[in-house]
Amino acid sequence: MKNVRPKADVVIVGLGWCGSLIAEELTRAGLNVVAVERGPWFETATDFPPSIDTDELRWDTRRSMLLPPAVETTTFRNNITQKALPSRDWNLNEMGYNVGGSGTHWAGMAWRFTPFDLQPYTQTVARYGKEQIVKGLILQDWGVTYDELEPFYDRFEKIAGVSGKAGKLNGQVVEDGNPFEGNRSSEYPLPPLEGMRLTDLFRDAAKSLGQHPFMVPAGQASKAYVNPLGVRMGPCTYCGYCLYYGCGNFSKSSPNACVIPALMQRENFTVLTESAVTRINKAEDGKTVTGVTYIDRNGQEWEQPAGIVVLSAFQMQNVRMLLLSKIGKPYDPVSKTGVVGRAYSFQTVSGATLFFEDEYLNQFIGAGALSQQVDDWNGDNFDHTGKGFIGGAGILVVARGARPIGNADALPPNTPRWGKDWKKAYTHAFQNGTFIFGQGTSYSHEDYYLDLDPEYKDSNGNPLLRVTYDYNENDRRSAKFVEDRSVEIGKAMGAKLVLGTNATTTSYSPYSFASDHTIGGAVMGEDPKTSVLNRYQQSWDAHNLFVLGASSFPNNAGYNPTGTIGALSLWTAKAILEQYLKNPGPLVKV
Amino acid sequence: MKRREFLSSIAVLGVSTTIPLAKAQEVKGGQPWEPGKVDTRPLAQPRQGGLQYLTQHEFDTVGAIAERFIPADELSVSGKEAGCATFVDRQLAGDFGKASSTYRLGRFVKGTAEQGPQEAQTPAERYRVGLAALDASTQKQFSKNFAELSGDQQDQVLHAMEAGKFDLGPNVETKVFFELLLQNVREGFLSDPIYGGNKDMASWKMIGFPGARYDFRDLIPKKGQKLNIIPTSLIDNSL
Repeated sequence: MKNVRPKADVVIVGLGWCGSLIAEELTRAGLNVVAVERGPWFETATDFPPSIDTDELRWDTRRSMLLPPAVETTTFRNNITQKALPSRDWNLNEMGYNVGGSGTHWAGMAWRFTPFDLQPYTQTVARYGKEQIVKGLILQDWGVTYDELEPFYDRFEKIAGVSGKAGKLNGQVVEDGNPFEGNRSSEYPLPPLEGMRLTDLFRDAAKSLGQHPFMVPAGQASKAYVNPLGVRMGPCTYCGYCLYYGCGNFSKSSPNACVIPALMQRENFTVLTESAVTRINKAEDGKTVTGVTYIDRNGQEWEQPAGIVVLSAFQMQNVRMLLLSKIGKPYDPVSKTGVVGRAYSFQTVSGATLFFEDEYLNQFIGAGALSQQVDDWNGDNFDHTGKGFIGGAGILVVARGARPIGNADALPPNTPRWGKDWKKAYTHAFQNGTFIFGQGTSYSHEDYYLDLDPEYKDSNGNPLLRVTYDYNENDRRSAKFVEDRSVEIGKAMGAKLVLGTNATTTSYSPYSFASDHTIGGAVMGEDPKTSVLNRYQQSWDAHNLFVLGASSFPNNAGYNPTGTIGALSLWTAKAILEQYLKNPGPLVKV
Repeated sequence: MKRREFLSSIAVLGVSTTIPLAKAQEVKGGQPWEPGKVDTRPLAQPRQGGLQYLTQHEFDTVGAIAERFIPADELSVSGKEAGCATFVDRQLAGDFGKASSTYRLGRFVKGTAEQGPQEAQTPAERYRVGLAALDASTQKQFSKNFAELSGDQQDQVLHAMEAGKFDLGPNVETKVFFELLLQNVREGFLSDPIYGGNKDMASWKMIGFPGARYDFRDLIPKKGQKLNIIPTSLIDNSL
């Protein structure tokens, strides 16, 4: 017999950035909110002290903070003719597994997308015509514009304590900021992080090529800071233990450091940890949902009824939960109909590997998002006429901290991988080797999608999510272009050896070097035939279901997604509080 | 395996496990922590004597391999002297060796290179089978176990393994086993000494890595300079 908890106003599935941000807004407005989180409680002060955090083997090599594939993984194939197989070991799909979610282990790059990224179809057609769009590419607007999102980006940056420098402030271009960014209504809450030798070399080289380098907006506090929720952050110590690590200094922007301390003080908020949601429950009328079913730490099944369900798990888990709950029509790649699992995209990573001579880059000093970037070749910031593709990449270097284990193969070609020659080469490369990373846009394609695997199941007996994906022609052309630009910058930086790198020259693999920014599958949009959600991230099929996260993105920009998922969560919270509560029902009529 | 069984199975693995501990289920009315209290499970402390998983012969073979992968020279002691075999032994006895984090359900089918490892055996099992197969093959070719070969002969075998040109019989994919050995020996050499390898932080001194340091603010102005930082390890930090 199923156990039933008291009905809540809102149940939140997954307490990462999206879940904690919307919970903070909704509880502050007086709603009774219960969050169901699969992972355990993680506490900044007691789980990540310096005597535990500074451990590459534990956190980076063995990925000890992430969701173990043993608990849930995905199956993967490059195309529909193949048999998908489970990704059994750690791979690019890095899901969180704790209160705070992936926001606890992220690197901290806190971007806004550009106005183009949110309206790629309209703007591409207006500038180049439809013939610019590669065959099969899914290109559609999000239904929300940059100007509409701007106040929510601003709010997110202030909550997260982002360190950066405006490039376009109240219509004015600001020197040393990013002149290609969307207009900002205020400066970043904190100044940029200090530069390192590596970022200085990149900045000077990019300037010498006539480009516009700037410090990447970083989720590391450059100074002590108190955010609008009254939460204190400490100044970053540049230890370099960010990506895959927690932060015991309260310096890295995370739900744990920036939101949850305030949220937990609310009487009307409860979090159920180690509780895995298995279904969103549909009402008999088929037009609404009634809450969620979950399994607690003792294997007991529970129901949490609620007036509103907010699905805010990792992007892939959101899509899977909709499919398992039979909400929305699954995408069929043959008839090209259906929406759940459609419009799946990743990122197009290419760049250059650099080896200097007699440098002391001292890359162990840094922070997860301590980067210089140029956006001259990103989005639609340059003329694509005759180039055969749309999009591009943010091209950057990152002083992220050193990885003695992880970089052991980062050596010039034909270097032995063991023996005395390896030792000598690695000793040199540890200070002299680095890379330029072109984080590319990615547009979804009608051949690639997410659905449920017909064979492999998770530990509860539910089908795994199946990923069918490979790079498309637009990706390959764009990545090659970005690779060439990266090599030019690398040479201008004075590296002795500059080698182009490009993930799209081979088939995609979840084990190959790339970004981990998996996107889409339950996208927002203007038309229920091509989107799962309307412009408020509200389900077209059940009006009291809201789905938050990168699953909403119809395409990926040449940036990290977290700033945009944060802004969208706050945008949805406002729509719920100011529109939905007064008049429950679809917020967009079609 | 049910998720709950997975969590309890990692709980009984003992102090070596690094997977998050199960904590408070329903949390409200504040954060469930006390100042000064550390919640994270401590790491396995270095143990005096005694092997945890490997047999003495297997341990000696791993030591011989570590000696070839990381030979002693003017840059550092050898991988064997740095404790890489001890590191491997402890790793195989813990979560890594037991494949606690990997997905092990369903059929194991060999797929495309892009689909990654589909390995039914745990790393601990792969060492047991692989090291025995290695000896069987060197016996066939040299009439000796691997550890008894000369350094040059060992190098010759390892180079052939790396190239996938050394037959380890029907139960071992040579190149895959070689990569596991190389990965783990390097991990032992380059990870924190608290795991049993990297004796006296030999590798960190070699490459100039300062180790488990948490604050570099005072060094930021010294851009592009040799810093000569004396490294520290988690062992030092735990004193």
